[in-house]
Amino acid sequence: MRVLVVEDDVKAASYLANALRESGHTSELATDGETGLNLAQTDHFDVLVLDRMLPRLDGLSIVETLRREGNRTPVLILSALGAVDDRVAGLRAGGDDYLTKPYAFSELLARIEALARRSSPEEASPKYVVGDLVLDRLAHKVMRGGEPIVVQPREYRLLEYLMKNAGQVVTRTMLLEHVWDYHFDPQTNVIDVHISRLRAKIDKNYERPLLHTVRGAGYMIRDGAD
Amino acid sequence: MTGLTRLLRTTAFRFSLVYFCLFAAAAGAAVGYIYWRTSVLLSAQLEDAIQAEIRNLDQQYRRGGLEGLQRAIVERSATAGNSLYLVADAEGRHLGGNLKSVSEELWNSTGRVAFFYRRTVDEQVEQRFAFAVIFRLPNGYRLVVGRDIEDRREFGEVVRSALLWTLAGMAVVGLGGGILIGRSLLRRIETMTETSRTIMAGDLSRRIPLTGTDDEFDRLAVSLNEMLRRIEELIAGFKEVSDNIAHDLKTPLSRLRNRVETALRDQTGAQTYREALQATIEDADELIKTFDALLSIARLEAGAAHSADERFDLAAVVTDVCELYEPLAEERGIRLELKPAETTIVEGKRELIAQAVANILDNAIKYGTNGLARPKPNLEKISVSLAPLRERADIIVADSGPGIPAHDRERVLKRFVRLEASRSLPGSGLGLSLAAAVARLHGGSLTLSDNQPGLKATLSLPRWVGAPENNR
Repeated sequence: MRVLVVEDDVKAASYLANALRESGHTSELATDGETGLNLAQTDHFDVLVLDRMLPRLDGLSIVETLRREGNRTPVLILSALGAVDDRVAGLRAGGDDYLTKPYAFSELLARIEALARRSSPEEASPKYVVGDLVLDRLAHKVMRGGEPIVVQPREYRLLEYLMKNAGQVVTRTMLLEHVWDYHFDPQTNVIDVHISRLRAKIDKNYERPLLHTVRGAGYMIRDGAD
Repeated sequence: MTGLTRLLRTTAFRFSLVYFCLFAAAAGAAVGYIYWRTSVLLSAQLEDAIQAEIRNLDQQYRRGGLEGLQRAIVERSATAGNSLYLVADAEGRHLGGNLKSVSEELWNSTGRVAFFYRRTVDEQVEQRFAFAVIFRLPNGYRLVVGRDIEDRREFGEVVRSALLWTLAGMAVVGLGGGILIGRSLLRRIETMTETSRTIMAGDLSRRIPLTGTDDEFDRLAVSLNEMLRRIEELIAGFKEVSDNIAHDLKTPLSRLRNRVETALRDQTGAQTYREALQATIEDADELIKTFDALLSIARLEAGAAHSADERFDLAAVVTDVCELYEPLAEERGIRLELKPAETTIVEGKRELIAQAVANILDNAIKYGTNGLARPKPNLEKISVSLAPLRERADIIVADSGPGIPAHDRERVLKRFVRLEASRSLPGSGLGLSLAAAVARLHGGSLTLSDNQPGLKATLSLPRWVGAPENNR
């Protein structure tokens, strides 16, 4: 995956480039808004990571320009701000995700990967399949090994989001945002309990666990040994 | 000396000085005007009287010549009253009239003159003031027709001295009064100045003493004291917060540091390092969370949550948050009971209100239990209800735990305040502060009360009352 990072803090940018390289991605770096826009217009990237405050041209203007020109590359906006409305402004300008500094690399990586996948065509698939676990989006049903599993509506949405991002790390914050539509961190880790409930339903009576905990990052659903 | 200078510089003294000058000028002008008008009137009368006399004597002179004039004068001098007459020949010899002689200077002048003359009354010679018209008759004869105006002069003197004495008296009373008032005001102000100096020097507990007269100074002192009390409270709050920040951030930081140090000393290798690093990340995440919460509270308190308000159903928010927390409660053996609520529209920031409700619920689940090591299922209960009132909507979260003593209920809403009983449990001490800040931002409140037993937290928010003219 090819990522364009537009960030004027060179130190933060090089950490990010390293982290991306270590997880098998390539990245280009631009340290000001104009160069960033230029690169985004002339080259192809899978995901753009834009700092909101940049010299010469700010992140929001870059997204707006690109969207006006019909460029649909997924954009993640980084910001040191972070009140609720900043996120709203970022998304309204055409950004696809929003992350507040300081962020955890695992969080950023998980989000970049989710963004890159979102733009791929398999998104609209009516069925998610991981190993022998099947989520039928048309019938709203979950089955494992051919046996139906009864899940609560919220558990269904939780599983749906995890399976949509199968093979990728999904952070607790991402789950809160996409499954509950909350953008704050609860005092206690409530997500973990929801996950263990879900796990009890889809994994407990089966030999091969599918829902894995990625320490320090989040969760991942995938078929195969960890 | 400096005391006197300070006194003379007081506003009260300056006021009385200015006031005295203005009053003296006004009084002087009034008396002067009356005096001037009176003397103008008197002079006109005098002039008229003398002119009439002169006309009369002129007739006598024309009819009887010098002798006739002389006779008339002698006649009139007998019953003269205030009138003065004199007829004299060229050598100055007295030919008739009650005026015995005139001075050399007067003798040589003609027309209107004012002069002093001597008169003997009861063998006493007295000098009196007079006004006269002097004519030169043929052969060097002189005729003097005048009036004694000594009484008028004396009257003038009396008025002048009365005016001067009055002004002098006023000066003494006015300026003396100014000094007295100035001194008493100065004393009151000095007390305030001294108090503020002591406070500036660091003694925040000092207050301005009251005299109990409930005058404007007392009222000023009362409001200043109130301000001082508030400042003291705020500073104490600040101190508590910074102490708590120092303590609450230092503990995880040093734990983090020690773990890294221990891991470095460990020789077993990669696996140990990995575990230590993982734990370090978790600790750092907790720290960041704490800072985020602090920042959010600061932002909320500055009223700076500038995101747009939306209208939403509070019942849905409460249901959602309860659903989010239900598994956590169940895991801890707590039954979370949500009483069904009707649709209640409020206007505000949905996300923030959800966070506030979440924090209150979080608090109830964490601290609202009796801390049984192995809780029996459903032994503890937390009930959540939404009570839509006329203008407000109350979200009530009631637990059956140990509760909070009455005197601590206000305190736990402050930043970082954690009660001794809960110090050992995880938590930042910011959850309820944030909920309270959210409530305040929306014009509502968060109150804690006794649930007998347990704690009852009431998040009260203003209900949205639809605009009637905007029927949709």
